[in-house]
Amino acid sequence: MADLPLGPQSPVSELRAALQSGTLSAESLTQRTLENIEGTDEDVGAWIRTSGEPALAAAVEVDARRSRGESLGPLAGIPVGVKDMICTRGVETTAASKMLAGFVPPYDATVVSRLRAAGAIPIGKLNQDEFAMGSSNENSAFGVVRNPWDTDRVPGGSSGGSAAAIAAGQVPLTLGTDTGGSIRQPASFCGVVGFKPTYGRVSRYGVVAFASSLDQVGPLAANVADAAELLEVLSGHDPLDSTSIPEAPLQLTTEVERPITGMRVGVPEEYFGEGLDPEVESIVRSAIAGLESQGAELVPVALPHTSYAVATYYVIATAEASSNLSRYDGVRYTHRTDRVEDLRSLYERSRAEGFGAEVKRRIILGTYALSSGYYDAYYLKAQRVRTLITRDFQRAFETCDVLAAPVAPTTAFALGARTADPLQMYLQDILTIPASLAGLPCGSVPCGLDSSGLPVGMQLIAPALEEATLVRASAAVERHCGFANRRPGGGDS
Amino acid sequence: MSIPQGWEAVIGLEIHVQLATESKLFTAASTQYGAGPNTHVDPVTLGMPGVLPVLNREAVELAMRLGLALGCEIDRKSRFARKHYFYPDLPKGYQISQFERPICSGGQLTIRVDGDERVVCLNRIHLEEDAGKLVHESSRDRSLVDYNRAGVSLVETVSEPEMRSSAEAVAYMRALHQIVVALGVSDGNMEEGNFRCDANVSVRPTGQAELGTRTELKNINSFRFVGRAIDYEIGRQIAHIESGGEVVQETRLWDDEAGVSRALRSKEEAHDYRYFPDPDLMEVEIDDAWYERVVASMPELPAARRERFIGLGLTDYDADVLTQTQARADYFEAVNGQVHDPKLVANWIQGELLGALNAEGKEIEDSPVGAEALGELLGLIGDKTVSSKMAKSCFAAMFSEGVSPAAWVKEHGGQITDTGAIEAQVREVIEANPGQVEQYLGGKEKLLGFFVGRVMQATRGKANPQMVNELVRRLLEERRT
Repeated sequence: MADLPLGPQSPVSELRAALQSGTLSAESLTQRTLENIEGTDEDVGAWIRTSGEPALAAAVEVDARRSRGESLGPLAGIPVGVKDMICTRGVETTAASKMLAGFVPPYDATVVSRLRAAGAIPIGKLNQDEFAMGSSNENSAFGVVRNPWDTDRVPGGSSGGSAAAIAAGQVPLTLGTDTGGSIRQPASFCGVVGFKPTYGRVSRYGVVAFASSLDQVGPLAANVADAAELLEVLSGHDPLDSTSIPEAPLQLTTEVERPITGMRVGVPEEYFGEGLDPEVESIVRSAIAGLESQGAELVPVALPHTSYAVATYYVIATAEASSNLSRYDGVRYTHRTDRVEDLRSLYERSRAEGFGAEVKRRIILGTYALSSGYYDAYYLKAQRVRTLITRDFQRAFETCDVLAAPVAPTTAFALGARTADPLQMYLQDILTIPASLAGLPCGSVPCGLDSSGLPVGMQLIAPALEEATLVRASAAVERHCGFANRRPGGGDS
Repeated sequence: MSIPQGWEAVIGLEIHVQLATESKLFTAASTQYGAGPNTHVDPVTLGMPGVLPVLNREAVELAMRLGLALGCEIDRKSRFARKHYFYPDLPKGYQISQFERPICSGGQLTIRVDGDERVVCLNRIHLEEDAGKLVHESSRDRSLVDYNRAGVSLVETVSEPEMRSSAEAVAYMRALHQIVVALGVSDGNMEEGNFRCDANVSVRPTGQAELGTRTELKNINSFRFVGRAIDYEIGRQIAHIESGGEVVQETRLWDDEAGVSRALRSKEEAHDYRYFPDPDLMEVEIDDAWYERVVASMPELPAARRERFIGLGLTDYDADVLTQTQARADYFEAVNGQVHDPKLVANWIQGELLGALNAEGKEIEDSPVGAEALGELLGLIGDKTVSSKMAKSCFAAMFSEGVSPAAWVKEHGGQITDTGAIEAQVREVIEANPGQVEQYLGGKEKLLGFFVGRVMQATRGKANPQMVNELVRRLLEERRT
C-alpha cells in the first residue's frame, strides 16, 4: 500500500502534515474517506451509517478556518469513526439495537464534543455487538462485521466495527468502548492498536451504558502514536460524569519515543495457562522477549484470583446492565410494539421485539443476581471478589511497572463458530476481564501473525493512571514487531 | 375517633417533602411548579441513553439541615442506590434513592397532643428523586405523561411505628411541616404536592407485644385526609379481625370523596426493587468544613422559638398559639420589634387579629392588616394617642377598609389627654348631677363609674380613661372638705 496516495489508511501525522501544508484539504479527505467506505464496506460491514452531510460541512468549516489562519485543534480535518454506543447530536445512535432504531440524540457524548473541539470530523457510526454485549460482533441488529484479514472470520467484539474499519483502511481513527475487553480483543483480532484508559479517565457522559462501573471509551488506530494522540484528546475531567477523575488531560505523544530501559515488565503466569493457543503464546512470548532486548527487565508475577474474574464479571456486568437497560421500555424514544393491549403488554412486547437474544440473556442473568434473596450471594460476593482481583494487581505492581500478556486465547475464529454456546463466547474475555474489573489502563498492540496469517495482539496493563507507561511499553512492542500501519494484504502504508 | 376498648393502633408515617432547590436532584432542569407539560425536562430528566446524574449539593445541605434539626446522625458517607420498577412516569426504570446508607439516621420529633408532649423516634431521612405524573384521558382511552416533576429532589422522613392514634399522626405531620418550612427545607405547599404522606397502620389487642399485620395507606396529602384515612383504616382492621378475618399486608389508596380506602396491591404483587448502589454516583462525602458550615447556618427551630417567647414573658399558651405556624411567629416578632411590649402584642394578635381572621377563614399570611400597621396602631396606644377602646375601633376599620392608623386618627381625632380640658368636663358633669354627688359622698363609691361614664359620653369616648378616672375621684374627694 506504500504507493497509495494519502488517504483514510494513512497515519495521522502524515495526514496532518498534508492538511497543514495545503496539499490536502479536509473536505477532499472526508470525501475520499466516505467514498472509500462506500466502496469497501459491503465486504466488511463495519459501518451502521455514515453521516456524510454533517461530516463534509464540518470539513469545509475546518478548511475555511485554516484559510483564515485561525488556530486549529490537533486533529483538525482528520476523519474519525464513532462506535454506535456513543451519542452523536443529530445523528442516529442505536447501540446496534432495534430497540433504539430511529433514536437521534439531541446531545453529543462528551468524547464527541472533545473530538469536535480538536477539529476531528466524526464521519459515521460503527457497528458493534448490540449494547456492546458480545465478543464477535455477531450480535448486531445491523448484521455481522467481518474481519478484513479473513472475511469468513469475526473481527472480535464488541467494538468489532471500530477495529475492522481501521484494519480495512477505511478511517485513520475510531472510538470504541471497553467493558470487559471490547476494545482490546477486536484490536487483537484485527491487528490494530486499541487502548482502554483508567476507569474515570475518559467521560462516560453520552455513552450508552452497558455496565457503568466498567465501561470506558478508548481509541483504536493503526499505530501506537495515533492511538495515544486520540486518547489525549478524549481524556480529562468532565463535570457531567460524577465518576470522572479530576485530572488534567493526558500528555502522551512524547511517550512514544521514550526508551524502556529499566522498565520492569511483569509476566503473569496465570495468563499463559490452559486454553491458550500455543501459537498465540509463542508469538506473545517472543514479543515480550523483544521488550527485554530493549532494556526492560522481566519479572514473573502472580495474579492468583484471575480464575474468578469471568464469573465475577458476568454477575456485576449483567446486574448493572439489567438496571441500565430498564429505560428502554417502549414509552419514550425506543421501539414500541404495535400490539399494545395494556401497560404490561406494551412493556413486554416492546422489550421482546426490541432486544436481541444475548441482551435478553444478560438482562435475565442480571435481574436474577440483584433479586431479593440472591443479592448477597451473587452481587455482593462478586463485589468482594472484585476487590481481591484489584488487590492482586496492586501487589503485582509493587514489583513491576507494567504487565505483558496475551489479549485473547486464540486468534480470530470463524463466523458462527461459537454462537451456539454463550459460555464459550464469554471465555473469550478471560484475559481482558481482570484489568476491567480493576479499572486499570490497558491495551492491545499487534505483535505478529499466526500460521493462518491472522494477527495476534499483546495485552499491556499498567497501574491506575499510568497511561504514559502503557503507551511507552506499547510503542516498544510496536518497534520490536514492526506492525505499525500494517494491513491485510501484507504491506503497510 | 376513639379506638375501641381492648385495641391499640400502631402507626408509622413516611413523609415525602419536596426540597426547595431551584434545579432537580441530578440535573439543572427547573423545578418550578405549574409549567406546561414536559417543558422542565432535559435528556437526564427523560432518562435518555448515556446521560448521567450529577448530584445537587444544595439538596444535600437541605437534607442535612432537616437531619440536624431532628437530632439525626448525619452519615458523612452516604450512598445513592437504584430502586427498580417499571411505570411510565419513571423514565429510567429505576428511581435514584438511598437504601443502605441514608444521609440521616435516627432522630426524633416532639409532638403535642391535647397539651401533652410526646417524642416520636425517627428511623431515617433519605434523599431521592421524584417521579413524573400520569394524566389519564379516559375519553380518548389513553394516558399522557408529564415529566416536569421527574427528578425533582425529595427527602423522605420515615418514623418508627410509635404513634397510637390519628391525632398523634396528624400532630406529627404538623410538627414536621412546621420544621421543614421554618428551616427553609421546603415551601411545604401541600396543594402542589410538596408535602405528601404515606401511613403504615396496624392494630393489636392492648398488651400484645408483637405488631399486627400492617397496611400501607398511600398518598394522603392533607392533614384532614390523614386523620380520616387512619381512623377509617383502624376501624376497618378491627372490624375485620373481630368478624374472624385476618388483615392482609397490602397497599391501599385513600379515596377521600368516598371516605374509604381501596386495596391497590397485595404483598405478593409487591415489587422486588432490586436495590443496588448506583454506579454512576460516588459516595456523598461530607467533610468537616461542609458539616460545620451547615451547622452554623441553622435557623432557629419552632421549639426553640417557643422557649424564647416564654422567656419574653409570654404564657405557655400564648407561646404555643404564636409558634403554631412560622408565619404567626414571624408576625409576632415583626410587631414586637416595633412595639417592645410582648404581652400587649400577644394579646392583640390572639384577640383582635386572629379573631378577625378566623371569622373570615383566613390565615395570618393573608391578613389585610400587616405587621407594620398593627405595630403602628399599638404604638399609638403606647404613646396615649388612642385608648385601647379607640384602638379596637381603629383596628376594625383597618381590617375591613384598609385605612391606616394615622388616617383614622386624623379623621376621628385622637385621645383627649389635656388635663385642663378633661378637668373642665369633669367639673361640668359633677355640677350637673348634685344628687349623685351627695350619694357618692355618703359612701356609695360605686357611683364613680357613673361619673366616668358621663365624661366619656360627653367626650365621645376620646378622653383618656385613666385620666378621667383620676380626675373624677380627686374632684369628688375635694367636695368632702
